[in-house]
Amino acid sequence: MTATPLPYDQLKGPTTVRRLLTTPTTGPLVALLLACVFFSLTTEQFLSGGNFSLIVQQVMVVGTLAIGQTLIILTAGIDLSCGAVMAFGSIVIAKTAAESGLPPLVAIALGLAVCAGFGLVNGLLVQLIPLPPFIVTLGMLNVAFALTHIYSAEQTITNLPGPLTALGETFPLGNTDITYGSLVTIALFLVFAYALSSTSWGRHVYALGNSPEAARLNGIRTSRLTIGLYTLAGAVYGIAALLLVSRTGVGDPQAGQTDNLDSITAVVLGGTSLFGGRGAVLGTFIGVLIVGVFRNGLQLMGVASIYQTLITGVLVILAVTVDQISRRKAR
Amino acid sequence: MLRRNRTTFTSIGLTALAAVSALALTACGSGAQGGSGGDGVKVGLITKTDTNPFFVKMKEGAEQAAKANGVELVSAAGKFDGDNAGQVTAIENMVNSGVKGILITPNDSKAIVPALEKARAKGVLVIALDSPTDPQDATDALFATDNVKAGELIGQYAKAAMAGKEAKIATLDLAPGVAVGVQRHQGFLRGFGVAEGDPSIVCMQDTGGDQAKGQTAMENCLQKSPDINVVYTINEPAALGAYTALKAKGLEKKVLVVSVDGGCTGTKAVKEGKIAATSQQYPLEMASQGVKAVADFAKSGKKASGYTDTGVTLITDAATTGVDSKDTAYGLEKCWG
Repeated sequence: MTATPLPYDQLKGPTTVRRLLTTPTTGPLVALLLACVFFSLTTEQFLSGGNFSLIVQQVMVVGTLAIGQTLIILTAGIDLSCGAVMAFGSIVIAKTAAESGLPPLVAIALGLAVCAGFGLVNGLLVQLIPLPPFIVTLGMLNVAFALTHIYSAEQTITNLPGPLTALGETFPLGNTDITYGSLVTIALFLVFAYALSSTSWGRHVYALGNSPEAARLNGIRTSRLTIGLYTLAGAVYGIAALLLVSRTGVGDPQAGQTDNLDSITAVVLGGTSLFGGRGAVLGTFIGVLIVGVFRNGLQLMGVASIYQTLITGVLVILAVTVDQISRRKAR
Repeated sequence: MLRRNRTTFTSIGLTALAAVSALALTACGSGAQGGSGGDGVKVGLITKTDTNPFFVKMKEGAEQAAKANGVELVSAAGKFDGDNAGQVTAIENMVNSGVKGILITPNDSKAIVPALEKARAKGVLVIALDSPTDPQDATDALFATDNVKAGELIGQYAKAAMAGKEAKIATLDLAPGVAVGVQRHQGFLRGFGVAEGDPSIVCMQDTGGDQAKGQTAMENCLQKSPDINVVYTINEPAALGAYTALKAKGLEKKVLVVSVDGGCTGTKAVKEGKIAATSQQYPLEMASQGVKAVADFAKSGKKASGYTDTGVTLITDAATTGVDSKDTAYGLEKCWG
């Protein structure tokens, strides 16, 4: 395989330290740790198991969306529709279970299928016509947004059956409460991290992102791979939809409106390149935690939330700058 | 190999720099907020957004009241009007930081309920400001304008000002299913003495309370019915949008525009005759009473309860008989934004 993506794959040297230093995830990790140290020093409540559990709960929805977003950005695409698709999925789940009387598990499966269907359509349009991902997903954002509001009749859906909110419930670990949903999110991150870094499928994804033409000439079925990635991302948004419903306990047609941008923010902060072929899903997890830690920490410090927006903006620009500079030097 | 390593160190360095500068910003932010410390009692304020002047004023009122009552104010907001998840996150963080009470203007009256219940279960006093939750008893207390009454006042005013002329009414509303908008709309109709679906209501459009959308809505209404002579608007930005549309058609003197809110820009527009009358509400009052209630709870353990009407006043310079009103001089003194 000539198009191996990550620098550390090309290093013959064994040392873990070197591997760590050359992973694009290291910079974001350092930033996250610095932020944690800072908030631990400035607030009493930050450094506690309960607080960390809370941060993970708070980022699980955007984090799960960001997994799908990472898959698409790795192919040098972008998905503006993820939040809207998730919102539609969550309304489908909530409404079919709470009002149409479908068994909860069927409702959940239906929601996942609907989201995967949106992904499939995105993938087909991007690959077969072909259209730029930005445009396809911008259009799909509006389609999904409108369908959400039409199907829900603008009404928030309450009184959800128990299984829909089960993932929002907690179990004790020591003296900390953990939600099941957090575990689902973490498990997803681990599964995708393994699949991307250690399977041939993962290598194909990176190869596709580096150069679709080279990948095709190397015998990768790029068309099928792309459509599959968009569909898979859609299915992941479906899982995010379930997590959203379980977290808030309602079906909310207003949900997810800025989550597309938040997921892109997480991917970029995690060191994945918007230009494709470079990055890692665990970086995305760190990216989403950076946002969550700042929001939580600033709140604990009593800083107005607008500063969180300011800081996130600065961090995103710096993260892309880092990506650009290191690309230029690596060439 | 050496090159690549240097690259990596550069990138780590840059990222670390990013983190450090972000933290520096944080420090500035906390410095700016540091004035209102108290004896450890914290009050949380969660508004719909942190850019709308109404909520900016509400926050000011809360900050003043926090100083006066010797408590510390922490604030947060949704990212956009309707952002429930953002408010849920803010509630959790505040409860975690040990607030004694939370004042909230709910973005979604139903969707916020489970999060508020969790906060109350931990002994936090929860007070809704400006608009109720659904059900209303999901909070301990509600400090708000009576929006039905606010609508009724401008309805009665418009009825009197029309002096028996046949009315062709346009309503520029908020958005489907949002309580504040529905209540004001219904209040207006009641005050005007017409029922929903009455043939005199010739056009109904949603504006989201936004000036540009208000203008578009009015333009479309005029396309449909050029003879509109009464315009009810959800708030003054929508009213000013309607005024722009009317003026473009040379109709601004022939059409009566009434509104609700009482922001300073809106009250000035009443003074300039762009809007005939507006029902003024008092966000500063909601916030200061809310903060005081939490401070009292911290001292005595007694929880505020029920609904407190924070008042509404009809503001106009063309008073009509039979409807109580104050002039714009009074309105400008009490306006917000």
